[in-house]
Amino acid sequence: MSVINPDQINAERLAGLRPSPGHVDIDPALGDGSLVDDPAENAPLVLNNRSFHDVTEIVCGYTEKAPGFWWIHVVGFAATVASITQIMILYLIITGVGVWGLNNQVDWAWDITNFVFWIGIGHAGTLISAILCLLKQQWRTAVNRAAEAMTIFAVICAGIFPGIHVGRVWFAWMLFPVPNYNWIWPNFRSPLLWDVFAVSTYFTVSLLFWYMGLIPDLATLRDRAHLRLRRGESRNIELRFPVPLPLPTIRLPFKADVLRAYIYGFFAVGWRFSSTHWYRYEKAYLILAGISTPLVLSVHSIVSFDFATSVIPGWHTTIFPPYFVAGAVFGGFAMVLLLLIPLRALLPNFEDLLTLRHIENMAKIILVTGMLVGFAYSMEFFIAYYSGSEYEWHAFMYNRATPIWGSDKGAPYWWAYWAMITCNVLSPQVFWFKKMRRSVIAVWIVACFVTVGMWFERFVIIVTSIHRAYLPGEWGMFFPTPVDILTFVGTCGIFLTLFMLFVRLLPVFPMAELKAVMPGASPHDYHDEHDDDHDSEGGH
Amino acid sequence: MARPIYKTESGATVYGILAEFSNPYTLSEAAKSVRDAGFRKWDTHSPFPIHEMEESMGIVGKAIRPMMFVIGCGALLGVCGGYLMQWWINYDYAIIVQGKPTYQAWEPFVPITFELGVLFTAFSSILGMLAFNGLPRHHHPLFSSDRFLRSSDDAFFLSVEARDEKFDPSATRRLLEEAGATHIELIEE
Repeated sequence: MSVINPDQINAERLAGLRPSPGHVDIDPALGDGSLVDDPAENAPLVLNNRSFHDVTEIVCGYTEKAPGFWWIHVVGFAATVASITQIMILYLIITGVGVWGLNNQVDWAWDITNFVFWIGIGHAGTLISAILCLLKQQWRTAVNRAAEAMTIFAVICAGIFPGIHVGRVWFAWMLFPVPNYNWIWPNFRSPLLWDVFAVSTYFTVSLLFWYMGLIPDLATLRDRAHLRLRRGESRNIELRFPVPLPLPTIRLPFKADVLRAYIYGFFAVGWRFSSTHWYRYEKAYLILAGISTPLVLSVHSIVSFDFATSVIPGWHTTIFPPYFVAGAVFGGFAMVLLLLIPLRALLPNFEDLLTLRHIENMAKIILVTGMLVGFAYSMEFFIAYYSGSEYEWHAFMYNRATPIWGSDKGAPYWWAYWAMITCNVLSPQVFWFKKMRRSVIAVWIVACFVTVGMWFERFVIIVTSIHRAYLPGEWGMFFPTPVDILTFVGTCGIFLTLFMLFVRLLPVFPMAELKAVMPGASPHDYHDEHDDDHDSEGGH
Repeated sequence: MARPIYKTESGATVYGILAEFSNPYTLSEAAKSVRDAGFRKWDTHSPFPIHEMEESMGIVGKAIRPMMFVIGCGALLGVCGGYLMQWWINYDYAIIVQGKPTYQAWEPFVPITFELGVLFTAFSSILGMLAFNGLPRHHHPLFSSDRFLRSSDDAFFLSVEARDEKFDPSATRRLLEEAGATHIELIEE
């Protein structure tokens, strides 16, 4: 082949085979340039001198080109795991909640633990989108799309549990104020009903926020599909087998780009990148960010009211709302890192858009929120002592912290409490060291610890508080049944399946927002230039 | 006085002129000169929102005030509707909690009032944004240009509609050329 096809070069570059045209050699002292410590200098948000077109190519490439072989295996595995939850839910509905390990004493256990766990994970997305948007933290552009997607998928997983834990699932609609034949209405003074409204509002608003951000990027995918169709570059869809088998490739009688043009085009609502539209869009987006910020804070506060408004020792505390919100942000960021760090290794050129600076910033947030959560743990303990309430003190000192061998009143669940402390308070402390914050592996390991720790936090709050109530006669234990365990494991599959489909079908980075923070995006970047032909050379 | 309807040689109606610019700066400067020339039905197109473009185009405030009003109405509707729903439902089916008066004890209604306020604001801001932008829209004459489709990638455009009173095929073209357009084409309806 004597003629080099430009698309060939592009494809190779996207696959990481060639450095980008403006490739910069990494300085061993300064890393890839994203880690400058000089406050006067902005760290680049996109590395390797990428042009606007490069960003479009990289991000659209993830959805337009066939993914690596790993993708089909991951999604196949995840979908299989997800189906377990469906089977378990079916079994639960046709049998009853007795298939879980709940008993008279511990009547909320893994169901509500999983609910709070998932809803907590769902908080980082809107936090990154909304709060960091209001604070004009430009680094959010690399992570907000994926984090918002994660939010929606996590809330879907969370929403399963309150729905199925009500026992008679076919009455779950009574949670909403629907006029009915019995002439009864829900109790609006119950925090459980507040929760219904908070979670459903949160899901809807997160979805709208996510969709609004997606509109311009879907229009980009639509336009690219149209361009390829007009140039006759589109080919019919070929179905390949995920494993190499000597079978003929199935060729479908239609083109992928036709589907893209229709489906992305439908959801892009005819966006034509007009500046008048952008102006309204940005204002509406800002309003959405402005209302989502108190929304995020309210949702987990209301989730904590489920517990805080009761009189159970260990639940009845005023620190719960801020403590739950800090914990949600903490767990949510850990999940963002848990998902994006492997993607960064698997997808070509991902690390140019998600730089070490982003990972370091998120590690710092994990450290801060981890300390907040640690403060809440100690403050709960202190107030239990300082209040002079023997029930409170017993709940913290003996039901949680003292091992069963440490005292005759010791808690059988001590290991859960200490697992929580180790994972949530001790493990993020490694982020005091710059080297750890900048080591992708270390950050990923801590993110795993934090995710496990946050599950234990909810388990500790829920199960250890109610397994010993006021009268020793009604003390009991909770043991999960296989149905409990498999339902939870299956929701992880649902989450991963949805996330993998997102990675394959939608732009993982917000291209328009990313381009807007690149050098050369502002007219002010061109002040010193007399020759206006450069569009990628910024500078002041 | 009816404005002239411009036709191309093949007989199609002219939608307007589309000019391409090489970067946000030249586009912004061109927008200023088109604004100062007194055009009304024109627009710029860029793959991302350009900083202060609304000032260069002279649409600051004008373009968003009605939208803001609609969003405010949506918020108010959510808050009032949310509160009144709870108030009325407690009146219709009073559940006495902790011996408190049925609906004079309004404090527990605050969370749901807030949530519904947020929900309605969110819907009104996205739907209001789309409605004032004239979206969803199935097709637009600009999409017929292959070049224009790159506005979603890395190209910057300025379009002037033939419906504008000041539009004149050759004078407008000259204005855009002087503003530094790198490519100019006529768009058919």
